[in-house]
Amino acid sequence: MEKYAIEGTPKTPTISFDIQGGILEIKGRSIPENSIEFYKPLVDALDKYSTASKPATTVNIQLEYFNTSSSKCILDVFKKLEAIHKGGSAVTINWHYEEDDEDMLEAGEDYQAIINVPFKMVQVAE
Amino acid sequence: MIDAFNIYDNMDRNNILLSFKGDITSELLTSILQIMENKMDNMQEDSKTKKKVYNVLVECLQNLYHHMDDATDGNGDKNRSAIFMIAKTGGSYNIITGNYILNENIHGLKSRLDDVNALSKDQLKDYYKSVLNNGEMSLKGGGGLGMIDIARKTGEKLEYNFLEIDNKVSFFTLIIKVTQPQLI
Repeated sequence: MEKYAIEGTPKTPTISFDIQGGILEIKGRSIPENSIEFYKPLVDALDKYSTASKPATTVNIQLEYFNTSSSKCILDVFKKLEAIHKGGSAVTINWHYEEDDEDMLEAGEDYQAIINVPFKMVQVAE
Repeated sequence: MIDAFNIYDNMDRNNILLSFKGDITSELLTSILQIMENKMDNMQEDSKTKKKVYNVLVECLQNLYHHMDDATDGNGDKNRSAIFMIAKTGGSYNIITGNYILNENIHGLKSRLDDVNALSKDQLKDYYKSVLNNGEMSLKGGGGLGMIDIARKTGEKLEYNFLEIDNKVSFFTLIIKVTQPQLI
């Protein structure tokens, strides 16, 4: 498996995981009623990647909305990334937020406080 | 005969933008969110307001969706029906939800709401982070963050009421106020 991709829907984000390049992107909205079901394949893919990770792993998160049901699953994804980081792949998480979206910036800072991986807060124009 | 005018007039006087009574399904939530997004676009709300209202709507509606399983109405019949309304008055949106709740579950819910209402902005932030990271995940995936998140994003107290219907069930009403950011 070299690439893992999921097309976005009105309630779930577009996910693209380029395993060869070590680049994971999550974009769009994450507001499913059952987020555990949605995120499980990604967590599994990260588990697999952790056994043969690239020297560097770049993670781009650009969410417009996410619900509290997703927030714990996103933390699970970040915990996997933290383990990959400890395992020797230099992980960077780029957390994107729109310039007037303080709630999204704060949400990124919450994760940054919990997860021991370099975070970059990236402001994007609306 | 049903007095439609009475219902219309009541909704009109209360500035109701959208109201729904019935079974809360995943498809319904998708539709309501879409309708509200379009409405706010048409009303030319600024993007800050749209985001706040949308976020809080998602949490309120998904609370209803997840917590109606045990609901029983006043006649003792299983009833997944609930009411949902969104009103706009002056510079704020009010999101109102109502559903049956078993009397035995009132105490737990009430103390959770009171706990959240007792916290300051900074305390809510810390509480959110500790619940986020407590490793527990409810079967429904919520993990108890919904109310904390709503209180944090709105900066308002959660207003609620339990109306006792009989010795088994009560009707739970939750009112969430979202004040337009530029007016704070």
